[in-house]
Amino acid sequence: MSFLRITSPHGHSPLSTTQVMQAVLLATLPGIAVLTWFFGPGTLLNIVFGGLLALAFEAMALRLRDRNPKPYLQDYSVLVTSTLLCIALPPYAPWWLIATGILSAVILGKHVFGGLGYNPFNPAMVGYVVLLISFPLQMSTWQAPRGLGEIPGVTESLTALFVPASYDGVTMATPLDILRQNKGLLLDDLFSNTPQFGQWAGVGWEWVNIAFLAGGAWLIYRGIFTWHAPIAMLLTLGLCAAIGFDSGSSESGGSPLFHWLSGATMFGAFFIVTDPVSGATSNRGRFVFGALVGVLLYLIRVAGNYPDALAFAVLILNFAAPFIDQYTRPVTYGHKPTKEEDQ
Amino acid sequence: MNSVFNIHGGIHPEEEKHLSNPGTVLDAGLPPSLVLPLSQHIGKPSSLLVEPGDQVLGGQLLADADGMVSVPLHAPTSGTVVAIEPRPVPHPSALNNLCLELACDGEDRWVASAGCEAWRAETPESLIGRIRTAGIAGMGGAGFPTAVKLMARDRLPLHTLIINGTECEPYITADDTLMQVDAVGIVEGAQILAYILGVEQILLAVEDNKPAALEAMQAAVKATDGSCEVMTFPTKYPSGGEKQLIEILTGQQVPAGGLPADLGIVCQNPGTAVAARDAICLGKPLTDRIVTLTGRALTRPGNYRTRLGTPIEYLLAIAGFDPSDNRRLIHGGPMMGFALESAAVPIVKTTNCILVPTEQELPTPPAAQACIRCGLCAEACPASLLPQQLYWYARAKDQEQLERHHLADCIECGACSWVCPSHIPLVQYYRAAKGMMRESKSEKIRSDRSRDRFEARQERLEQETLAREAQRAARRAAAEQKAAEGGADDPVAAAIARAKAKKDNASDKGADS
Ligand code: SF4
Ligand code: SF4
Repeated sequence: MSFLRITSPHGHSPLSTTQVMQAVLLATLPGIAVLTWFFGPGTLLNIVFGGLLALAFEAMALRLRDRNPKPYLQDYSVLVTSTLLCIALPPYAPWWLIATGILSAVILGKHVFGGLGYNPFNPAMVGYVVLLISFPLQMSTWQAPRGLGEIPGVTESLTALFVPASYDGVTMATPLDILRQNKGLLLDDLFSNTPQFGQWAGVGWEWVNIAFLAGGAWLIYRGIFTWHAPIAMLLTLGLCAAIGFDSGSSESGGSPLFHWLSGATMFGAFFIVTDPVSGATSNRGRFVFGALVGVLLYLIRVAGNYPDALAFAVLILNFAAPFIDQYTRPVTYGHKPTKEEDQ
Repeated sequence: MNSVFNIHGGIHPEEEKHLSNPGTVLDAGLPPSLVLPLSQHIGKPSSLLVEPGDQVLGGQLLADADGMVSVPLHAPTSGTVVAIEPRPVPHPSALNNLCLELACDGEDRWVASAGCEAWRAETPESLIGRIRTAGIAGMGGAGFPTAVKLMARDRLPLHTLIINGTECEPYITADDTLMQVDAVGIVEGAQILAYILGVEQILLAVEDNKPAALEAMQAAVKATDGSCEVMTFPTKYPSGGEKQLIEILTGQQVPAGGLPADLGIVCQNPGTAVAARDAICLGKPLTDRIVTLTGRALTRPGNYRTRLGTPIEYLLAIAGFDPSDNRRLIHGGPMMGFALESAAVPIVKTTNCILVPTEQELPTPPAAQACIRCGLCAEACPASLLPQQLYWYARAKDQEQLERHHLADCIECGACSWVCPSHIPLVQYYRAAKGMMRESKSEKIRSDRSRDRFEARQERLEQETLAREAQRAARRAAAEQKAAEGGADDPVAAAIARAKAKKDNASDKGADS
């Protein structure tokens, strides 16, 4: 009788990488649903189209790198990348914009470095920044939310996707843009005079952020990632906003609540900053990483000239992640400096 | 009750302890023959005292300790020595080792033994001697000779004995069972060990998933003088690791590269405590132990009192092995045990569990996926290492970084591999890396030695040269002096020479003072 020789441990936790990726995808659903409610089916269409392209590009890249694509496609990681990128892209973007974004994310963001686990930058954010720099106009065209403009139907969305330059829906500046360009109005007046502002932040955006927060909270509850990076990011963002709030004057940068519920804040905190591959590795490191993203996010939002600052903030911190790791290594058991060594 | 401390990391795998019905001891019976490896402990193998053909009685000495770090071996029953040859033994490397085969005669006749109930009247040294003669080696897993561990008392001031009844590995219930059936024996054994060590405090550590054992231990402690205390703490793997347990109970960490004794602490396993008690009070050598036979491929799992040397094959038959959905035979628990290739190996002093799972229960691991740097491994690591970094460096064979990231402090508990969602066999990489580093270290020692030899030779040559030069200089000086003496009729030269000598003398003195 001969038995199998495998080294210990012989058991395993029930969680696999495929399941981690599936959970992340599942957790984006509330956010996607709210996006679709307020801005129409554009985002959903982007995600489906982008996902198919991403699978194709990934398979192609793996073939070129002489790997069997099947086991790699089954880890769902490329679908996570494409879904996150497509959530960040404006709805009703033309097909070539999405294709360029996905191609950049999968090839430039991931396979150039050797595939999953080796990429120093967040692939979805690489794709986003490539688009932002190359096509600033298309990237800053946001559909007006339900209640402020007509929501396109499915046919119109399909046409917008596949017939270039056909989309002429109602677009509007986002609340973040308006606030940045505000010269002269007190914050309270701005809120009451501008239709784009809702209860706490932008109409629609408030709920989008709350939905992504809910999805993120579920992921933390499931133990898919820890709270350190997202909470740190929200903390520093809130802190910076509190300092820059300026009691709501015309120079005000917006309240903490406004920043928490605006633009890509919650999406970024729970779905981008938590990307393990390109972030810091220890919990302390992740806290530092998230905190710095929060600061940068605020600074670029207030002083920069982009629709939102998340992608830049994250990519800059991706550069810094290895250094953060260096300085936040946990103290190994038995290596605590003793009193004598301190002296 | 003292408060306990929390440790970093740890995991909560399915415990599966109920499978082996802790608290009941079954008898494994007497197999037709026993196979006794001469090395069941850490240290030198025992040296043989018998030959094939010899008749022996139960309890008779078969092999004696060979030097300090070694233990003797006794016959677990009466019979005939039929073979002395290399046989497969339970070891991760699947090596063959010198074994003695004893054909049992079924009569189970024993040598007369004499214990000493009044152990407090003896000196610690003589008690250590009795423990050594009884062939006791740590029964928790490592198998370090107990007598040697007890001699820490000579080197360091000790204050606490910890009896480690944590048994944090899933499935295993051998210590749990022992605590339930012989709590009094454990406490008495602990008192003997504490007396030997000269410590005032005994901590009996039990995880809170063993309520019956906890109760039995508390009852046994009530009857004592108050030096014993039962400590309980939340269940988490690997709380039973010696270093982890010490941190849980005392809040202190064993310094890297050090021993618990550096903190004044000695840890022992409950089985070892009972074996020490039996050795001293009953004069009984270590010839059997409780083994947990468990896993869903057994129809009669349980805790079996098993004679050392019993072939695992025999035990599997006793416990009703059903091979239909089984591929693995594990010596030890699911987290740190090693897989055996064949069941034709014996139970040894360190065997606490034989795990025979079905494929459904512990499936063969799937192929590893890419590391997604999720950090779950770092969260799980009880040593606060960064397993993921160690993995990259182990793959890159980067010894310098491995050392900087404290690979040596990895206790190989397997928590990181257990949580890794990509199913990367992390511990396997660490074992290989440790092996590689040991090798290059011994290579370095070798090359250092030859370098030392080379340098020593260089030095000798240099010194010889210097010595020759000194001789030459001395000869020259002598010749010069002769010349100077010879030229005594030249008053000027003589005066200069005298003045020079005086000055040299003076400056020498100046340097001296
Ligand atoms: S648990 Fe596995 S996948 Fe996650 S960081 Fe550690 S090694 Fe990588
Ligand atoms: S095996 Fe080593 S690295 Fe992995 S969790 Fe245990 S101590 Fe940490």
